[in-house]
Amino acid sequence: MADETSVQNSQYNQNDLPELLKQYYKRIFPYKLYYQWLSYGEVVSPKYFSHREFSFTLKDDIYIRYQSFSDQKDMEKEIQKRCPYKIDIGAVFSQKPKDNKSTKTRNFHAEEKELVFDIDMTDYDEVRTCCSGASICKRCWPFMIVAMKIVDKALKEDFDFEHRLWVYSGRRGVHCWVCDETARKLSQASRSAIAEYLSVIKGGENQVKKVHLSSKLHPSLSRASKILENYFPLLMLDYQEILSSKETWKNVLALVPDENILFAINMMYYFLIFYRFLPFEQRWEDLETELNDPKKKSCREEIMFQYCYPRLDVNVTKGLNHLLKSPFCIHPKTGRVCVPIDIGRVDEFDPFAVPTISQLCEEIDDIGRNAATDENQPSQTPKGYKSALLETSMKVFETFLLKLDVENQERLKQEKNEREKTTEW
Amino acid sequence: MDFSGNFRSKVKQEAESHSRLQMYKVPPEHKISLEDFETIATERLKLLRDVETFGIRRKKDSDEYSTAMWTSLRKYLDYTYSTDDQKMAKNKHNIDKRRKESENDNTSHFILRLAYCRSEELRRWFITQEVDLFKFRFNFEAENFENIEKFLEENSLKYTPISKEERNERLSKLACADYKMVESNVKMINYYKVHFTEALDLVRSRKVYLEKGYAYVPRDGLVSIISNCFRVHLSHALALTARSLPYLEEDERLLPRLTSLSRQYLGQGYNSKKEMPGGKITLGQIDSLSKTSFPLCMRQLHEALRRDHHLKHGGRLQYGLFIKGIGLTLEEALMFWRSEFTKIMEVDKFDKGYAYNVRHSFGKEGKRTDYTPYSCMKIIMSNHPGQGDYHGCPFRHYDADILRQKLVAYGVPHPAIKEIQELVKDSHYQLACARYFEVTHKVSLPHADAINHPNKYVEESRRVHEQLSTGTIKQEPLASTSIAHIAGSGGIKTERVTQSSSQTSFSSTTADDVINYDVTMDDDLDEGALESMDAMGY
Repeated sequence: MADETSVQNSQYNQNDLPELLKQYYKRIFPYKLYYQWLSYGEVVSPKYFSHREFSFTLKDDIYIRYQSFSDQKDMEKEIQKRCPYKIDIGAVFSQKPKDNKSTKTRNFHAEEKELVFDIDMTDYDEVRTCCSGASICKRCWPFMIVAMKIVDKALKEDFDFEHRLWVYSGRRGVHCWVCDETARKLSQASRSAIAEYLSVIKGGENQVKKVHLSSKLHPSLSRASKILENYFPLLMLDYQEILSSKETWKNVLALVPDENILFAINMMYYFLIFYRFLPFEQRWEDLETELNDPKKKSCREEIMFQYCYPRLDVNVTKGLNHLLKSPFCIHPKTGRVCVPIDIGRVDEFDPFAVPTISQLCEEIDDIGRNAATDENQPSQTPKGYKSALLETSMKVFETFLLKLDVENQERLKQEKNEREKTTEW
Repeated sequence: MDFSGNFRSKVKQEAESHSRLQMYKVPPEHKISLEDFETIATERLKLLRDVETFGIRRKKDSDEYSTAMWTSLRKYLDYTYSTDDQKMAKNKHNIDKRRKESENDNTSHFILRLAYCRSEELRRWFITQEVDLFKFRFNFEAENFENIEKFLEENSLKYTPISKEERNERLSKLACADYKMVESNVKMINYYKVHFTEALDLVRSRKVYLEKGYAYVPRDGLVSIISNCFRVHLSHALALTARSLPYLEEDERLLPRLTSLSRQYLGQGYNSKKEMPGGKITLGQIDSLSKTSFPLCMRQLHEALRRDHHLKHGGRLQYGLFIKGIGLTLEEALMFWRSEFTKIMEVDKFDKGYAYNVRHSFGKEGKRTDYTPYSCMKIIMSNHPGQGDYHGCPFRHYDADILRQKLVAYGVPHPAIKEIQELVKDSHYQLACARYFEVTHKVSLPHADAINHPNKYVEESRRVHEQLSTGTIKQEPLASTSIAHIAGSGGIKTERVTQSSSQTSFSSTTADDVINYDVTMDDDLDEGALESMDAMGY
């Protein structure tokens, strides 16, 4: 896999990572909120939390699965002891995952997990012209914005999921954690159906045309298409310049069905003769006019969908047992924190402005130093320390948790009522 | 299994109501001779095998599919072609026939439950086929909607249509959710509002309107909801049966019969321990073999691997199990993968990220299951290739144009390419592959079903090459063969040939080699471990 990346920070150096991680896990990682999230309201006896699988990736890709913690304190202790390069969150199991060796495998199985989505920029390589592989830039990031908007709307309006946490993966993609109780309890079959429902682009390396739409768009797709319309001109025509070179123009024409070979030849000819002297909006307009033909049915939409519609890594969503990188991890290659994204203001989110671990550690050192000189104290983390760099991200997380807590309390009340009923019997 | 009399009255009711659709909630309680036991079970098994074959060969909403299904239903379940119950009821003979028919249906279903509850893979296969069968029968009965209503009532499946107002508020959206529907039609039919998890088939294929977690299912979509109930019920029942099976196993007469029944479906399974014609394949031969003896799907994977020095997860599984199937040892397989992957990554990274998976597929890690290579059906039906993937079946998953280019590049003559394209167009992917075999080997295959597993393809190819070199057989100029004829001669005839051939393969699997087939689950490949490796970014 390519290691080069344009998301680089001059201050972050991979070699410092072990030392920085120690600091980060000791002084910055938001254990309290993190624990509040994953315990889902069960503060006293956190059965849900203690049955959750975590897995650590240590230095040199040493990978430990089936970690679990009895409570926040235990988690803090383990994380600080191991200083993992990466933390993954897995499912909630029938037994404590760390006991899985001692319990019979028969009884050890994944029971619940958030419904998760993983959108990775590498899956856009066939349509992006600016970067490839692990790198991203300002010209391709809007792919993620479009993807988040479309998936988020569908999750909310079609499936009625309220508690959706969007997270930047630290390098080239985004994750979504759907935390509603109903979502956590979904069967594998339901997860797979949802993933398919949200997948429009289908086909491997040997299929060129990957989107086939019927002349009437499904309500979910027509909602998506409105979003696509908004972004397509800027993202595809301007940023990605898909109508600007002979090669990319040919790729677009290849999506018009076979029967119209003559059409493709003509369009190619037009391009060579005079399109290249026109502004790109004009070229697109012209192509649209050409496509406005009942024989070519929904070709215009199909082109837009194939270029911009979200490309989910469906396997991540389908598997109940699939691990996904935890929020607030550090991406080892970029040093950036996996921060929550405010989906309401997703257009403003700038992946290149996400703080790196070096910046965070520097910030806290500064605060520590100031505190030390001011009040003559050892340079330790001041109580109630809040990172200014992480402030907006933490607010997003807190708002999410506040809303989630309402559901948690309701659920716990209900469970309590049911318990009392059964004891009365 | 509860064979006690608790349900006696219910059984009676069911028999008298004549509803031919069943949820199979009540086990049979009559006596049955061992001979009948075996016969009706085998008949149903043949039916289910047909269901599987037809499902893959034909589009499920095509006339071809329904004709084929009907022939089998009549043949194996003695099914009568009529949905008009009242007309049927006028004749005493008909009533008796119907009763016998539903009794056999019920009994054979329950026998196969016993045989197919015993492993995850068997259960999955059985459920898939039974659900497909149920769907077909449901759709057929739905021609007379009263039958469906009766069935729903009998099984206390209560679905109330939404009110006119609720429906009219969503007219255009409901119409758009189904491409066959127009707004004026929406006004005419009933819609049912169910939680989306009850209509997963429709959700998956985006054929239903979703709003706030609820699916608005038109009357025609009811089959999807009900078959989902059917699936859930059956899956639960199989789990229960599996748990109580040990108590039954003391019966010396039943056990061997059930075991043999459950083995029979594995017609397309593949046992790698068999002798490979032309001697053991070694690592050094793979490159040349990929050109002469690999099926197109594996040749593609091989070329992609040699070119990119990498394959994604789906490709590694399909190709990895295949090369294990042709007889490479674990050490050879490790060497094979390592030599390619390390051209783009450190040896260390390979050993940590990928070697585990290779060992795992040989049953040396995790659950220690010795996984079987994928059959054509599995490759065609499951795990569609996505971005960056080269796995799948070229005849199924490639653009027509790209497939043509490949065939041209591999020297397939023009007329044969045309034939192959025709076969592909009609969804005869395996026949297309068989034709590809014939033209590349310049021989004709004994029967159309000869290619149903990539590993069988290699074996067959090696056999042909061996026979050619010893002069046992001769090449034909450009074999114009069975397959071309079959496909050219229209639906009914195609049906006849494929059926008889599927029968042959059925009886052949009951022969001695069946004992070797491993009953393994190849689907779940310890998903957690493998996928997590993928999730880790490898």
